[in-house]
Amino acid sequence: MTEKSGADILVEALCDLGVEVVFGYPGGAVLPIYDALFRSGRIKHILVRHEQAATHAAEGYARSTGKPGVVLVTSGPGATNAVTGITDALMDSIPMVVITGQVPTTLIGSDAFQEADTVGITRHCTKHNYLVKDPARLGPVIHEAFHIATSGRPGPVVVDIPKNVQVATAKYQKPGPIQHKTYRPALKADRAAIEQVVDMLAAAERPVLYTGGGVINAGPAASQLLQELARITGAPVTSTLMGLGAYPASGPAWLGMLGMHGTYEANMAMNQADLVVAIGSRFDDRVTGRLDAFSPNSRKVHIDIDRSSINKTVRIDLAIVADAGHAMEDMVRVWKARQHPKPDTANWWQRIGEWRAKKCLSFPESTKEIMPQRAIRALWEATHARSPIITTEVGQHQMWAAQHFDFDLPNKWLTSGGLGTMGYGLPAAIGAQLGNPKALVIDIAGEASIQMNIQELATATQYRLPVKVFILNNEYMGMVRQWQELTYESRYSESYSDALPDFVKLAEAYGWKGIRIETPDQLEAGIADMLAHDGPVMVDCMVAKLANCFPMIPSGAAHTEMILQANEVSGTMDDEAKALV
Amino acid sequence: MHISEEKAERHTLAVIVDNEPGILARIAGLFTARGYNIESLTVSEVTADKAVSRITIVTSASPATLEQIVAQLDRLVPVHRVHDLTAEGPHVERELALVKVRGTGDHRIEALRLADVYRARVVDATTSSFVFEVTGGIEKIDKFVELMGEVGLIEVARTGIVAIARGKDAA
Repeated sequence: MTEKSGADILVEALCDLGVEVVFGYPGGAVLPIYDALFRSGRIKHILVRHEQAATHAAEGYARSTGKPGVVLVTSGPGATNAVTGITDALMDSIPMVVITGQVPTTLIGSDAFQEADTVGITRHCTKHNYLVKDPARLGPVIHEAFHIATSGRPGPVVVDIPKNVQVATAKYQKPGPIQHKTYRPALKADRAAIEQVVDMLAAAERPVLYTGGGVINAGPAASQLLQELARITGAPVTSTLMGLGAYPASGPAWLGMLGMHGTYEANMAMNQADLVVAIGSRFDDRVTGRLDAFSPNSRKVHIDIDRSSINKTVRIDLAIVADAGHAMEDMVRVWKARQHPKPDTANWWQRIGEWRAKKCLSFPESTKEIMPQRAIRALWEATHARSPIITTEVGQHQMWAAQHFDFDLPNKWLTSGGLGTMGYGLPAAIGAQLGNPKALVIDIAGEASIQMNIQELATATQYRLPVKVFILNNEYMGMVRQWQELTYESRYSESYSDALPDFVKLAEAYGWKGIRIETPDQLEAGIADMLAHDGPVMVDCMVAKLANCFPMIPSGAAHTEMILQANEVSGTMDDEAKALV
Repeated sequence: MHISEEKAERHTLAVIVDNEPGILARIAGLFTARGYNIESLTVSEVTADKAVSRITIVTSASPATLEQIVAQLDRLVPVHRVHDLTAEGPHVERELALVKVRGTGDHRIEALRLADVYRARVVDATTSSFVFEVTGGIEKIDKFVELMGEVGLIEVARTGIVAIARGKDAA
């Protein structure tokens, strides 16, 4: 076998792993790899305009396709710019492999030009990371990195490759299936635990299935199993922000999202339930509200592939460490084998009906200005038949999108849930469009967030990606302003979006189509114009400036203490609540 | 507003890891990142091929946090297994200390006498100083060092705790 350069080994290993797209940005410490990519011609490289965008684009690609996203950046600033997206992928359990260039091994530790301690910096924001000092190790490490990124609870893996390792030669052979020495995530649930949860569901009077991103990560079949499980058990389904689409919003058991900006019925059902079955969700603080008041009378079952998620914040009665799909498959099978009849949950559904009757997502309509919720509904009306992929930035628009855009399928909703990264939506949309060339991909944005990765307009132009950016422009960092109204008597400290660009002209400057929507009567036509254009479009939709996102559970409050409308806001909070995020 | 803290208990953990670069930083960093506390940490290779290391960590935490610490350590990729020795049953804990005392006359004689009581060995001596080597549990060594304070203590070096389960089985 002839020896190859480290750079050629890397490219060949990526090809062997089925990588089709790499998001990256060249620089001194990755020049050998870029030359290998050029000579190989087998992998499509997407040149972003900032390394953070490469990581979010890889996340968008991964979340919409189920395949790992791959990033290639240079040493030093290339790697540090990628850190936000790497952390985002860790928080949201997104499979991603980030290849970083490094200064030659002979210079490591000398404060060389563009040197940063990449493995040190990324040690705690990756699932695992490697510094490869020997080209012979490169092939096995790349394969292992993909194995770790994609199996168990998915996450980002960084492989740092010094420049001399990219140039030095070694033999490479495609390895067989990876049997890792120490890393062996459990996929199948303990049989006895499955029987126990089935018994608990059969006996429950007020059950709730509380699902999360783990169901989506478990693949489309898991979403089908969730529907089956809800159907046979008669249990209602609620979901975290991350899990939207796993159970269809049009399905009969759907309660809507739960948590801080969740629906009244979902949060009340959690509060009053006698059994909560958490599936691929992690009792995040945005979901639980005040812990000592969280679902006080329920027994709790937690199905999660990550053992450390169990008992992290909420004490669990029955823990099942397994892949969500495998566990639900076993539950459905055991349920059917035991010929359990569908439990009589009629009383429970009647109470849920009463909560639903509150119509907590209703909002004040206006004929003078566009209500942001109305804009989202209009966008849904115009596009839902095409099953669009929706990405978001972070803030009010994100929560309105979660509340008012109904998802019937998994992998269609891409949002930064755990880290809450502004600037996520546009690059994520670019990644999703690359993974789904025929799909309609829309970034629902805010005028503040969109500016955090606005340079990526050029990336979409370069690769002729017809992504749409729909900005809900209220001239405020709206969620910051909303919290200032709730907590600091409306002292708007630095939350006004001053000196905004003309987004239409900006779009045009990048070769995009720009559309401005200013009044309610322009809304439908503006959306239609956006959809009619086969290239990238940026819509600047001027919405009511002071609209706020409700329902809302304020920080430190219980599920039963929801604020449903703006007139219930007091304007101050005590220090305990102020100290919470 | 006051920030309250949970009641903690002291546990000794044995963490069996693949001996790869950065593993100690990974573990120490996990403790700082998640706000866990480390009272003592020792690490050494324990197999002939130097492929596996054993890290002994003494930590104080509430029972719920201890469960998290074990789970968080266990999910690190290079970790083979984690044992909460305190929770799993009887085990032996030992620490070694080197204790330097300086003095003449009665102080010097008293230091030697105390060292004898604590079964400390003299590993270095000058006409005006001794270095004692003492092993034992944390309390014994704490007490010995405290006593040496009265007879000319100059300097102490301690290894930190190593621990192993009692009985015939491996952890």
